Amino acid sequence: MGFDLLPILLSTLIAGTPLVYAGLGELITERAGVLNMGVEGTMVTGAVVAFAVALTTGNLWLGVLAAMAAGALLSLLFAVLAISFRANQLAVGLAMTIFGTGLGSYLGKPYVGMALVQDATQAGGGLAQLPVVGPLFSAIHPLIWLSWDYCSAAVWYFLARSRAGLALRAVGEAPTSAHAIGYPVVRIRYWATLFGGAMSGIAGAYMSTVYASLWTEGLIAGRGWIAVALVVFATWRPERCIAGAYLFGGATMAQLFAQSAGIGLPSELMSALPYLATIVVLVLISRDSSLMRLSVPASLGKPFNPQG
Amino acid sequence: MPLPEADLGRQFRLELRGISKSYPAVRANDRIDLTVAPGEIHAVVGENGAGKSTLMKIIYGMVRPDAGDVLWNGRETQISSPAEAQRLGIGMVFQHFALFDTLTVAENIALALPEKLPLKTVATRIVEVASRYGLPVDPGRHIYTMSVGERQRVEIIRSLLQKPGLLIMDEPTSVLTPQAVDTLFVTLRELAADGCSILYISHKLDEIRALCERATILRGGKVTGVCDPRRESSNAMARMMIGAEIQAISSARTVTAGSERIAIRNLSLPASDPFGTTLSEISLSIRGGEVLGIAGVSGNGQQELLAALSGETVLADPKVITIDGKPAAHLDPRQRRAIGLSSVPEDRLGRGAIPSLPLSDNALLTNGGADSVRGGFIRLDKVKAFAERCIAEFGVRGGNADTPAGSLSGGNLQKFIVGREILQAPGVLVVAQPTWGVDVGAAIAIRQAILDLRAKGAAVLVISEELDELFEIADRIAVIAGGRLSASVPRGQFDRDAIGLSMSGQFAGSSTPPEASRVHSV
Repeated sequence: MGFDLLPILLSTLIAGTPLVYAGLGELITERAGVLNMGVEGTMVTGAVVAFAVALTTGNLWLGVLAAMAAGALLSLLFAVLAISFRANQLAVGLAMTIFGTGLGSYLGKPYVGMALVQDATQAGGGLAQLPVVGPLFSAIHPLIWLSWDYCSAAVWYFLARSRAGLALRAVGEAPTSAHAIGYPVVRIRYWATLFGGAMSGIAGAYMSTVYASLWTEGLIAGRGWIAVALVVFATWRPERCIAGAYLFGGATMAQLFAQSAGIGLPSELMSALPYLATIVVLVLISRDSSLMRLSVPASLGKPFNPQG
Repeated sequence: MPLPEADLGRQFRLELRGISKSYPAVRANDRIDLTVAPGEIHAVVGENGAGKSTLMKIIYGMVRPDAGDVLWNGRETQISSPAEAQRLGIGMVFQHFALFDTLTVAENIALALPEKLPLKTVATRIVEVASRYGLPVDPGRHIYTMSVGERQRVEIIRSLLQKPGLLIMDEPTSVLTPQAVDTLFVTLRELAADGCSILYISHKLDEIRALCERATILRGGKVTGVCDPRRESSNAMARMMIGAEIQAISSARTVTAGSERIAIRNLSLPASDPFGTTLSEISLSIRGGEVLGIAGVSGNGQQELLAALSGETVLADPKVITIDGKPAAHLDPRQRRAIGLSSVPEDRLGRGAIPSLPLSDNALLTNGGADSVRGGFIRLDKVKAFAERCIAEFGVRGGNADTPAGSLSGGNLQKFIVGREILQAPGVLVVAQPTWGVDVGAAIAIRQAILDLRAKGAAVLVISEELDELFEIADRIAVIAGGRLSASVPRGQFDRDAIGLSMSGQFAGSSTPPEASRVHSV
């Protein structure tokens, strides 16, 4: 039993992690009242940048940092258009996805077909040499456990306990009120958007350097959209968002196992299953309309003009 | 509360010199001078659109003036943002509260404090200030569960914790029961006695005469007078405010006892929205030639009742609402219109009219009968003629039939919407807040139109937060509180105190106590 369970759990973690990053990033952005639909495009760009940098320098972490910077840069462009110039957030977000996907394809052209060779025990650093837990660290990529401590725990603590998190929630709830009691709404929204972009960048980096170790068009395959949907269906709560991410991961792996076991369904249909399963479960969770009403950041998607 | 003479002789807490601010269409503030001494309660009076709000926003740093100087404690100051205003010691209690619904009282207040304190310390401080000024409030409660009066208390406590030298109160009593207004005035006087200056924005002259030591009166963006309201008559101040005498409305007060035109029997409706109110066991009946007024503090079920009446909320049992004896509760708004019920909702832009469409199209929205539509095609000439009739008969200014609804001022749009419904000669008219945000002249015209409709034998239901308005036009008044409706009181037995008590949920003879979570005597 335990023999079978461990690889399934491991592969669930592996497949769910990009959604943990992208989902939590978007969650913070949306909690500030900004709806950035450009996650997919940001992930694509992040994936290419990380792959290129990791391949040329031979250092995974430089690649991840570069992807964060690229993601933040793309979301900065989004922020300038949607926050400063108050353009329609949906339209700008969609444009960013198209732009990011195109940019990724363009930048990625020379890297198609190349493989990134890396040693997982190297990535884990000295931790893999520890007794007992050492093998766990070599099996679980550092980007996965980083997504727990530094991302999930930090995001939860930030939102639930910190003063800055309270200000962020206040801005998303009622920007006019937040402005009236003296909070820099525009600046807070900028930071939230940049954070979301950087996290999408990490998610993309993870896809190309850890999950696949190669770059190809269609690598992200709509995971950015799933991340956006996750945030909504998770009623803007980090713990639900993480659960949804691993649900998607589990379903992805389950259908892979099912395919290799030779179930007689078209593979395209099987590949669609994780998306479907995630959406169905989350819709069921979020059916309670009054819960949605209480959870949604009231100003989500609405531009704010500090001059009234 | 007389001030120590020495205080008046010293420098002013706040002094404005020649403040001007123009918007593309209007000169909102035109060379305004204003002085407030420490510990003074100073009224700023004017009609809607007189420039009060702009002036307050300038003082609070939300809007930058085009010209003029602001002096704080005698020193020239640039107030560039609300944060800056707070640093100087200027607090503001907003008309539409600047609170966060899904956060608790303590979180809301912690957000506004300059120091970062743990929530527990904030809660202790809230309780201290609350008991000092008689403003009881529970720091752990979420804002969305609170009544409007309680929310105002939270706003006031929030301002007080910032230890302001000047507190701006923007139309603070429009959401309070008469008793709550008295309590608020006691608090404000205590504050002033502690040396805090108060700028009190209002258009209610009686309140200003009861509370304030000085008043600056604005009209059309200009100061038209500075006076001691305690020594002026209401009429004299109204003249400065409006620039003309107030006309009285004329009505034949003979009740022509017609037959019942609309009735609600035992309407109970669970709230569909977590921020909404559950209606319970509401019954009423209005006869032709009668105006029933429904008083109450907003958020006590008025919106839900209006939605149930207009047909926006369709009910399962047809017999709960009858119009001229016909069961109607299962009909949608169009079907209800067809059997003679018209309604004027509270929010003009959104429910009452579509902002981007011209007035003629907006007229068509509720007047889609055989006259204006034939064979599925709109008869544009008829529709336009109807819109022009609304404009002419109800004195709508600032536009013609082709003007988008959103570009009219609130008062003029309200006249148009009321006119649109009344000109269709409905048998039953339901109106919510008919004169909210409307200038005095337009308010009189609207009230007169309602009484004229009543004289023609229609039944009218007026939901209003302005008690004075209901005293003027209603034949009977009932009070809504916590989703319940009190028995109605006929004209002649109107009693401000009794109605005020009912507004806080204490119905005479009501056997069941109102929902404890929504209704609180303030």
